[in-house]
Amino acid sequence: MTFDIGDGVDSAVNYVLDNFAPLLDLIAAAIGAVTNSIQALLLAMPMSVGLAIFVLLSLWRVGFGFAALAGLSLFLVDHMGLWSAMMETLSLVLASTLVAILIGLPLGIAMARSDRVAAIVRPVLDLMQTMPAFVYLIPAAMFFGLGAVPGTIATVIFSMPPVVRLTNLGIRQVHVEFIEAGNAFGCTALQLLCKVQLPNAMPSLMAGINQTIMLSLSMVVIASMIGAGGIGNTVLTGIQRLDVGTGFEGGLAVVILAVVLDRLTQSFGKERASPWRSLFRRQVYQPEVSTATA
Amino acid sequence: MAFATESDPTANNRPVKISIKNVFKVFGERPEQALRLLSAGKTKAEIHAATGCTIGVNNASFDVLAGEIFVIMGLSGSGKSTMLRLINRLIEPTTGSIEIERRDVARMPRSELIELRRHDISMVFQSFALLPNRTVIDNAAFGLEVAGISETERKQRARAALQAVGLDGYDDSRPDQLSGGMKQRVGLARALAGEASVLLMDEAFSALDPLIRTEMQDELVRLQAEHSRTIVFVSHDLDEAIRIGDRICIMQNGEVVQVGTPDEIVLKPANDYVRSFFRNVDVSRVFRAGDVARKTQVTIIERQGVSAAAALERMEHFNRDVAIILGRDKTYHGMVSRTSLIETARDGAGHSYRRAFLPDIEPIPASESLSTVLGTVAASTFPVPVIDEANRYLGSISKSALLETLDRTA
Repeated sequence: MTFDIGDGVDSAVNYVLDNFAPLLDLIAAAIGAVTNSIQALLLAMPMSVGLAIFVLLSLWRVGFGFAALAGLSLFLVDHMGLWSAMMETLSLVLASTLVAILIGLPLGIAMARSDRVAAIVRPVLDLMQTMPAFVYLIPAAMFFGLGAVPGTIATVIFSMPPVVRLTNLGIRQVHVEFIEAGNAFGCTALQLLCKVQLPNAMPSLMAGINQTIMLSLSMVVIASMIGAGGIGNTVLTGIQRLDVGTGFEGGLAVVILAVVLDRLTQSFGKERASPWRSLFRRQVYQPEVSTATA
Repeated sequence: MAFATESDPTANNRPVKISIKNVFKVFGERPEQALRLLSAGKTKAEIHAATGCTIGVNNASFDVLAGEIFVIMGLSGSGKSTMLRLINRLIEPTTGSIEIERRDVARMPRSELIELRRHDISMVFQSFALLPNRTVIDNAAFGLEVAGISETERKQRARAALQAVGLDGYDDSRPDQLSGGMKQRVGLARALAGEASVLLMDEAFSALDPLIRTEMQDELVRLQAEHSRTIVFVSHDLDEAIRIGDRICIMQNGEVVQVGTPDEIVLKPANDYVRSFFRNVDVSRVFRAGDVARKTQVTIIERQGVSAAAALERMEHFNRDVAIILGRDKTYHGMVSRTSLIETARDGAGHSYRRAFLPDIEPIPASESLSTVLGTVAASTFPVPVIDEANRYLGSISKSALLETLDRTA
């Protein structure tokens, strides 16, 4: 006896298509608006301005050496003629990360607050993460057609789990004395979340966002198969034409973008001060250490 | 050997601030069943085996009076920290009533509880619990911020609280830039800033090194003298309890074993558990000069017609080197020795004791703690006289009596 799960999934997808078309249109419109506006902004920006922003961010958050490396490699990307493709990819990454955070953060908070929610959500996250990424492309294309919008949606599904998991973990790991202090001074549940739990969960939260960005970058390349565009197209062209050179150029551009994004987002999770950072930061008064006596 | 101390709270009719009545706290899934077993006389171990529940607090009842420092003492696992957290309901009591100024904390709705925590009760934590992402001033202002007080006002009040605990000029530092003692000053300032009338302190000074700990204890007593609050202080250290506590509550296995003034706890311990606390306590801090003074010296009432010869005669009879000269109303006048009496008699002033008084002897007030007079007694050739506040002679402390006292609890 065999179960035909595939048929069931097919009819479920068809059912959704037949009955929830307005909802799907709404989702497509919302995500399309986010993706397209980010894309328009990034593509309208001249290459020199984009490069300057990357270099300055690197200088502020990481350090001089990394800023130089980032500047050189991004310059290389431009010389391979892939700058606007990279900007397209970046806008997809930013849009899907934004959506993933908007959904994932509240979900992670809900998991941290309730063991029952956590028990339900955890296997769903496992499924989302382990299902081969290509599989999402089919329903995404069926529901939303081809282009950047289904690409973003498939990317959101694939890349959201880390931000959910690490938000949950970060909040649960906040030291119990901080929670007690918050409660002892009369915090409401919302105040406790905003003033105590989230600030103290920040490193873990940022690690989750970093992982989400990394995953979405890898997915965005795959999503080019349904017309999401960007560097993925270059890679896809390389595969279709068995053109190693083109494929390698596309791959290198992805790696460069990945490294820059990774180091930049990681730096927001920890208090690592680059020598240049003091220029951007309010000076902290550090009095000489002496024991205050009564 | 009963004696009045200036900090005897039952003597001055303070009103009850916090009233704990028959409070139980059971941790675990089946508290009702655990309580039934408890009332059936089962032990904690049996209850744990049967229900998986642990008894945190077992039928605790006591009153905390307004304006006193009330120390809850016990070993770890005795339920003292749980008891403290029941007062502001960081831990929900299983049964019983916890009243603060006749309002039952255990049964009030959440919104009222939040208001109570914002305005009437604050807390100081063992490991400080300063929020690492906030500056010192923002930490101190945390309670005010949560209560919705405007930024300028809360900063002003937080700054005043920081000044009160002796921490000026660190407003913009981060907690990790401060030493332990300074961190706890911030913790204390945070608790004081809201001007709550009840202060809960959970082993607040235990994480500090001994020197800083004593300094902070003195600081707390000073702050209490300036502005009286009701302080419930959890500690495992009897020295600390005696140093700062007006009254001490001893807990064992979740039960309240004894509540009393430090003197009562030390002089009349309820059981061996209580006694075990001061097996290594510094008794010189517990006892006062009045406790140790003995009337073993020869006393002579100074009046007309009693000559130095008569005094010498008495001293020889009792085989003593010195005698205490008193007035008719038992007030202390001075101390003479055989040598000083003989020398003044030879000078021809035989009828006056005054010229024979030993110059170096200063009487000690009875309320002085033994630790402060230790040096005086040790350095003196003669026993040191002890007087009460009306200058009446109570007895004297000899070196041998002192040693005996120090030895007795060893």
